[in-house]
Amino acid sequence: MSTDRARGVLLDALTFVAPDVDVEGLDPAEPLREQADLDSMDFMELVAQLAEAVQGDIPVDDYPRLETIDAAVAYLAARLG
Amino acid sequence: MAEFRMPSLGADMDVGTIIEWLVQPGDPVRRGQIVAVVDTAKAAIEIESFEDGVLEELLVGPGTQVPVGTPIARIGPPVAGAVPAAAAAVTTAARSAGGTVAPVTLRVAPSAPDSGPAPAPAAPAVAAQANEAPAVAAPAPAAPAGRDRFPATPPVRHLAHQLGVDLDAVVGSGPDGHITHDDVRAAAAAAAAPARVRATPRARRLAAEHDLDLRSISGSGAHGAVLAADVLAVTAAAPAAGATATPPTATPTTAAPTTAAPTTVAGPPPGPRAASPDRKAAMRAAIASLMSRSNAEIPHYYVRQTIDMGPSLAWLAARNQELPVARRLLPAVLFLRATVLAAQAVPDLNGHWIGGALSRAGRVDLGVAVATRGGGLVTPAIPDAGSLPVDALMARLADLVGRARRGALKQAEMAGASITVSSLGEAGPDELYGVIFPPQVALVGVGGIVERPWAVDGMLTVRPIATVVLAADHRASDGRTASAFLATFRHALAHPEEL
Repeated sequence: MSTDRARGVLLDALTFVAPDVDVEGLDPAEPLREQADLDSMDFMELVAQLAEAVQGDIPVDDYPRLETIDAAVAYLAARLG
Repeated sequence: MAEFRMPSLGADMDVGTIIEWLVQPGDPVRRGQIVAVVDTAKAAIEIESFEDGVLEELLVGPGTQVPVGTPIARIGPPVAGAVPAAAAAVTTAARSAGGTVAPVTLRVAPSAPDSGPAPAPAAPAVAAQANEAPAVAAPAPAAPAGRDRFPATPPVRHLAHQLGVDLDAVVGSGPDGHITHDDVRAAAAAAAAPARVRATPRARRLAAEHDLDLRSISGSGAHGAVLAADVLAVTAAAPAAGATATPPTATPTTAAPTTAAPTTVAGPPPGPRAASPDRKAAMRAAIASLMSRSNAEIPHYYVRQTIDMGPSLAWLAARNQELPVARRLLPAVLFLRATVLAAQAVPDLNGHWIGGALSRAGRVDLGVAVATRGGGLVTPAIPDAGSLPVDALMARLADLVGRARRGALKQAEMAGASITVSSLGEAGPDELYGVIFPPQVALVGVGGIVERPWAVDGMLTVRPIATVVLAADHRASDGRTASAFLATFRHALAHPEEL
């Protein structure tokens, strides 16, 4: 349940940052930034959106845990509790 | 009484198309108020009134393309009076034209050609170009019939996202089926009226695909908004019900107008929204025109500097550890700030080449080349960037890039930068040799940041290195000028605490 919610949160945020990307069609195990063509500004906006969703901050040290959709979903699920 | 004219929103803009009026005859307008959204070849831009008053008449309706300088509305003195009947009639004509490209009645006085297109107040530097535009606009055949316009402009999409409105479910009332701000607000109001359902666009789409009523789903997002995951949770919980369930949207409580109801998606789910081919072609043509002019007119020369980014990146990383995401700095802002400091120190590279002479700008209006998603380039400016410390500059940059990509740029941001920075990102290629945006006289090309061997005090070490290439106009400056610029630039990055 929490994983589904985390996935929803992530894909919603991705849709906001990259409205031209078919977020459902991304490979969840491959690096996210290259697939969705996110530059550093897009990525920071994505993190900002996610931080809002988890109602907390996402520190820089946690960025590596957002590398793929799978990793980010696991991370967000843990943060969402 | 004043005529409000199609402004010039950049050196490469010859014509603009009114997408939407945000005010109507009889409405009071204030100086600086956003009154319309204009489509240029490059972007949808919000344009502002230059004075206080009352909007008396719209002269150009949505969907009509007119040259820069064409009067598009008439603004009267700020009197609390009635709306002239004639003005109201024109508005009606403009509004009833929805769906087709309307040759709205133009009441353009056939003014003398040289009093015609006024130099756009915001961009005096390009007045000469603007003056070449035909003085009086016949209602330009705005669009070839049947061209496939994008259904909603970025500002409208942004609004839809904010309000949780699914654009796929909104029927556009603008020209060519364009979805306007009003359509989105109406849809949001209709959706909110019965049960105040907040939902993300994706959640709405999924709900529509599964014939689910959003009001029946409890939202887990911010402010109780229904997220896609909430919809999926419901569909997963009742897998068998989907085929036979009566669509709850058919209940009599749904009194929403058909234009606003999130109706069932009949066709295949919409694909990613990308810029339409027409829009891409128009943007390409605008870039082609400006860059050709630059290359033909400006004798470019290039000066290159490699910079040890170690000190500034360490400073940045230390700061970012302490800051919440909304206030973190990207390396890009270091280069912007360094450009500002260098442009202030070397004013001969900060200005415009006009009429055979350099006109120094007096302050730094910092152009930032922003790649738009799906291809293309816009170069909005941060006015008076020299007044902003580094964290304020970062906030402006994030806002500017976000709006360039997802929202609308403001008129003031489209007018005359005094120097421009272009970068392909920290992970981009090593060096960028740019083409100057005329009538500017310099462009700073920032390469990617890469680890390279580096000699310090006779010892070899490895450092993060960035290469900066300054492109400059040899009519306005010489190599010594460029050298001084780069020295200041490098010094700034070596002493980040002074940024």
